[in-house]
Amino acid sequence: MVASTSSKLISVTLRVWRQEGPAAAGRFVEYKAANLNPNMSLLEMLDVVNDDLERRGEDPIAFAHDCREGICGTCSLMINGKPHGPHRGVASCQTYLRSFEDGAVITLEPFRARPFPVQKDLICDRSAFDRIQQAGGFITARAGSACDANAIPVPKGAADLAMDAAQCIGCGACVAACKNSSAMLFVAAKVSHLGLLPQGQAERDRRVLGMVRTMDEAGFGNCSNQYECSAACPKLISHDFIARMNRDYLAASVRSVFQAESQAAGGGA
Amino acid sequence: MANLDSRIPPGPLADKWRKHKADIRLVNPANKRKYEVIVVGAGLAGSSAASSLADMGYKVKSIVFHDSPRRAHSIAAQGGINAAKNYQNDGDSVHRLFYDTIKGGDYRAREANVHRLAEVSVNIIDQCVAQGVPFAREYGGLLANRSFGGAQVSRTFYARGQTGQQLLLGAYSALSRTVGQGLVELVTQHEMVDLVVVDGHAKGVITRDLVTGQLHRHAADAVILATGGYGNVFNLSTYARGSNTTAIWRAYKRGACFGNPCYTQIHPTCIPVSGDYQSKLTLMSESLRNDGRIWVPKRREDCGKDPNTIPDEDRDYFLERIYPSFGNLAPRDVSSRAAKRMCDDGRGVGETGLGVYLDFSHAIKRLGEAGVRERYGNLFDIYHEITNENAYRTPMRIYPAVHYTMGGLWVDYNLMSNVPGLFVLGEANFSDHGANRLGASALMQGLADGYFVIPYTIGDYLAGQKPGARPSTDAPAFRQAEENVAAQVARLLRAKGCEPVNHYHRRLGQLMWTHCGMARTRAGLEQAIQEIGALREEFWRNVSVPGSASSLNQALERAGRVADFIELGELMCRDALTREESCGGHFREEHQYSDGECKRDDVNFAHVAAWEFLGEDRVPVRNAEPLNYEAVKMSVRSYK
Repeated sequence: MVASTSSKLISVTLRVWRQEGPAAAGRFVEYKAANLNPNMSLLEMLDVVNDDLERRGEDPIAFAHDCREGICGTCSLMINGKPHGPHRGVASCQTYLRSFEDGAVITLEPFRARPFPVQKDLICDRSAFDRIQQAGGFITARAGSACDANAIPVPKGAADLAMDAAQCIGCGACVAACKNSSAMLFVAAKVSHLGLLPQGQAERDRRVLGMVRTMDEAGFGNCSNQYECSAACPKLISHDFIARMNRDYLAASVRSVFQAESQAAGGGA
Repeated sequence: MANLDSRIPPGPLADKWRKHKADIRLVNPANKRKYEVIVVGAGLAGSSAASSLADMGYKVKSIVFHDSPRRAHSIAAQGGINAAKNYQNDGDSVHRLFYDTIKGGDYRAREANVHRLAEVSVNIIDQCVAQGVPFAREYGGLLANRSFGGAQVSRTFYARGQTGQQLLLGAYSALSRTVGQGLVELVTQHEMVDLVVVDGHAKGVITRDLVTGQLHRHAADAVILATGGYGNVFNLSTYARGSNTTAIWRAYKRGACFGNPCYTQIHPTCIPVSGDYQSKLTLMSESLRNDGRIWVPKRREDCGKDPNTIPDEDRDYFLERIYPSFGNLAPRDVSSRAAKRMCDDGRGVGETGLGVYLDFSHAIKRLGEAGVRERYGNLFDIYHEITNENAYRTPMRIYPAVHYTMGGLWVDYNLMSNVPGLFVLGEANFSDHGANRLGASALMQGLADGYFVIPYTIGDYLAGQKPGARPSTDAPAFRQAEENVAAQVARLLRAKGCEPVNHYHRRLGQLMWTHCGMARTRAGLEQAIQEIGALREEFWRNVSVPGSASSLNQALERAGRVADFIELGELMCRDALTREESCGGHFREEHQYSDGECKRDDVNFAHVAAWEFLGEDRVPVRNAEPLNYEAVKMSVRSYK
């Protein structure tokens, strides 16, 4: 009952982006990988290639990976020009060789975007995402200060929609897929997750203003509604959340203007 | 001999934590900012601890080897988190959660710690909801629950099949907030490679910057390790590839005792191994056992048949048969061993014969395919991605795999190790799960330790330390620790042998799985200790680690971790060998009842084994901390 393709071994040619460090020039290097079980994952194939390189004393291909089950968001490969490869709704680590023909050429690159500088080979620096989170991606709730969990009923519809947005794994595929290197799907997912919940209302305006400002400062581009982000997202997060964030941002911007006036008025009274 | 004072407060069990909180020392708010605390690791325990301590006013440095704290492997926990809320009105209580956890751990955990865990479980859910964790809800807007193994009440809170992800992102959001407020200094892509002990107290760590290769010294008034478990000693496990033992192992070599290293959890529902290239095993959440039924064919000759053609009367629903009162929800160790026995009996399924069926056809009849999809859709998707099979049509095949380590650094009631100033939280410590952990309890323990225990207990230590007296990083102990690390790195690069690091990791894993896995014997363990010693010698002589020390070098990172795993593997075998009984996940074939169940020896082994490092190539000392059961009567653990 194992996959019907299991018996026939395949061979592929890899074109891999090799770059020694952030300041070094990169180039494609070809590797042959032969006699591979099609049920092997793409990352397991890289392990095999790297074992061979290490056995010969050569520098293995550096690539980011950790959980290998599509949830930690560490893996970040452009596979034949597509973030996370040919399949919808999966991360690079969930791509298996059965997706490729025997004899195929597979091109592997890091996610490319100005705010994601390459550290080495296929690894890029996505710490800009952390800085965006630090600028508002939270509900302030110190340990010890919470009320009983069932004191805040949340309509099932809102909780389910918030969960759809909250599934984001922070991999950056949305940025890599976008011709503008926009991070709006990533930011919108967090803004929507927290903004949909009653607990998230107190900081709703500050959150969206702070996160969008930090996103802009980090050098991410704007959204021009091509929706490549949703198509590349391993969790298939909907671009509808971007519209929701834009509405939130507009409302918060307007309110912040009036709030400033009202504070001035209050101070003068 | 190490000083193993558990410092369990006196008095009745249910009053201990409340009384202890009232009795221990406090640090006044103006002094808190004068203390710096290093937190290594940012999973559930680490990030909740870092943000909580920062909110209290301590200066905190959070060190992670990932590129972001959000990558920690807590993120992969699927099923849920237990709490004694009794929202289902089904008779749950703090006492029941306490009792289930003690019994689940086969009477090898500390009563006082476990009772505290059950007490604070209710606060965790409150805290997570306040942070915006999108738990599953009913139409009325209230929280939903489901059941998990080892319990007869419904006390597990969940967020689809991604509970760990949502809890971690909640804790990460709290950590991010405190980083943004300037209360926590976040240091990413740094791996802790040594603990610095000054005058007998933990006062700092050495890290290696994984991007530049540079070694750094960090001084602090106290050090918290929340670096997770060591299941990757088996190479193949459900852990992330990067999960490792290095932080706790190097702390062990600086004097911290290692508690019960042989207690490992083998999870019954994982996708079976398919080839020798395999890098990890994937868990199918235990929550599936709520609606899925586990079976093998009654007759060996049916094993190769299409399972859909095997009629019900020819199937052996072995968990329901052997454990009628818990059925498919028997605890993990019990279920795993039952599956192994079926496969050993020649009734395993799949290409390798190492698999059993997890069948949803009855659930689909009852709930419809849409109902099953709503509960478990993402798990069915994962299964399909990996195996290319549709589990709505044909039963899943599952087999046990290494999933969690109950052992870890020994800690007292304050979660402090025997090295003063060194605290250990979450899976990295040994304290709450005894010899077997129940499902949905790991998330509970990680957050309990970080949000609700360490904020109180760390003050008791720091109050005794002079504010502003932490040593300078120029102190000899820092220099010596840094030199040690540099020497080890140089030695790995110098070997220039013939085999890659993974080769040694795979061989170690095979040895451990064969001899120190689901079933252990004296002869096997003795053999394993010999072979691991030889493997270690060969590793240092023949490993090939290309590249330099002063760059991003993933082969070097792996080499350091595998070197530690090899040493730990030996200690685990030693621990398993000296524990002449079977309990929980530790099953010694010599010690079993005629029906194959665990035979504990409470007279001789009702204690924690805490191993003490004496130096390279010396046999470590086995210290014992007796376990005194006051509230619960130790009995034969039965799920029948």
